[in-house]
Amino acid sequence: MDSGAGESSAADDYESLMSTTDAELLKSAWRNEKAAPEILNYAADLVQRSRQQIQLMEEMVEDYINDGVDPLTVSLYQIDLDRTMFLLRSYLRTRLQKIEKYVFHIQKTAEEWNRLSKQEQKFASRFAGDIKHHLDQSVLSRLPDQYQSHLRQSAASEEDDMVPEPQLDSYVVCRSKKYLGTYQLNDGGEELINIEADDLYALPYKSIKPLVESGQVDLV
Amino acid sequence: MAGTSDPHASAFSAAELEFLAEDEMIEIVPNLRMDALNFISGDFGPFRPQIPTQAPLWLAVALKKRGKCTIRAPEWMSVDKLTQVLEAERDSDKFQPLPFHYVEISRLLFDHAQGDIPDTYMVRSLIEDIKDVRFHKIGKGLESISGGGTFALKLKNLSAMEANIVRPFVTRALETFYKLSSSDMIQETDNAPNRQQTANRGPRRQLKDR
Repeated sequence: MDSGAGESSAADDYESLMSTTDAELLKSAWRNEKAAPEILNYAADLVQRSRQQIQLMEEMVEDYINDGVDPLTVSLYQIDLDRTMFLLRSYLRTRLQKIEKYVFHIQKTAEEWNRLSKQEQKFASRFAGDIKHHLDQSVLSRLPDQYQSHLRQSAASEEDDMVPEPQLDSYVVCRSKKYLGTYQLNDGGEELINIEADDLYALPYKSIKPLVESGQVDLV
Repeated sequence: MAGTSDPHASAFSAAELEFLAEDEMIEIVPNLRMDALNFISGDFGPFRPQIPTQAPLWLAVALKKRGKCTIRAPEWMSVDKLTQVLEAERDSDKFQPLPFHYVEISRLLFDHAQGDIPDTYMVRSLIEDIKDVRFHKIGKGLESISGGGTFALKLKNLSAMEANIVRPFVTRALETFYKLSSSDMIQETDNAPNRQQTANRGPRRQLKDR
């Protein structure tokens, strides 16, 4: 996700301005994270900048209240502040939920582990430990020896088949901002579709994963 | 809604869709004087009495609630335009282009700015009719999704609310087709890549016989 020019560009129409502001980027990140079946890259810079802006705003609102600025203006700033905080919180919360759901898989897969922020990694480790402890204590320790792993059904399993994985085949509804031309949908090169701007498509998430990561399509 | 354990349920609640729609721009006529506002979400204003300006919907509704402005109905919300759209919807199998958030925008305006919309009752009933016709079309369109071939679906000109409502059904249906069709592929060819796909398909495999 490109970090954009921010609000300082001199563009007159709101369209181009909106597409590069942090608020718009945060909204996009939130939407994509909510709709994607797996956890996406952590938008570290964006979150950092948003937190700073929120903090500045909060201080500003404090000052306004103390200075006795018109309460209407203050309440409007407060609404904007609440909206931005909601986006940020919901973004983080959605990610935490996905971590909770797929924690063992994320721990095993380096690629996904790297998509977490430092704090999320700490959370994931602790959570994994807690869940394992809980499962061991309540069920697994009472089962016969071969069935005691929380990762495998039994010692005879070839892989960790008790670990839920994100269903990358899930279908998602997506929209592209620009015309992308023909796009190959699966490995066999069998399915080609024309992706046009602003049309909604229902596709398997796996097929458009690279497009989502590069920010060319948005999940809706 | 954040706590649903079903990953295939609607990703967004209706309230969240409304939240997204509230960033759409709309024209207002303020009756107060206010300096420019520098929000995190953008810069708006300054506001001068009787001078129309653009503002995001949430700001417009907030001002309207406090009696500080009137809202100008967006131009697609006129009786004429909507009648045109309704007729086109009825005549054609395709969906007519409508603002992406038309459902949310019209709902917000009806709830808060009823007096500002000319011919409110007419407009409201037209929008209801348009919604009904479109839903009916969606239903018919879904019936025609064929089992063997459908891999992707193009939902042209669908609006946000409509897409959100059909999302669970459409995604689950397409996924089932996808699973069924790939397992056909596996029986035909014995390629290694396909086999890898089955390993990832679900969290559990059947227990091996000892």
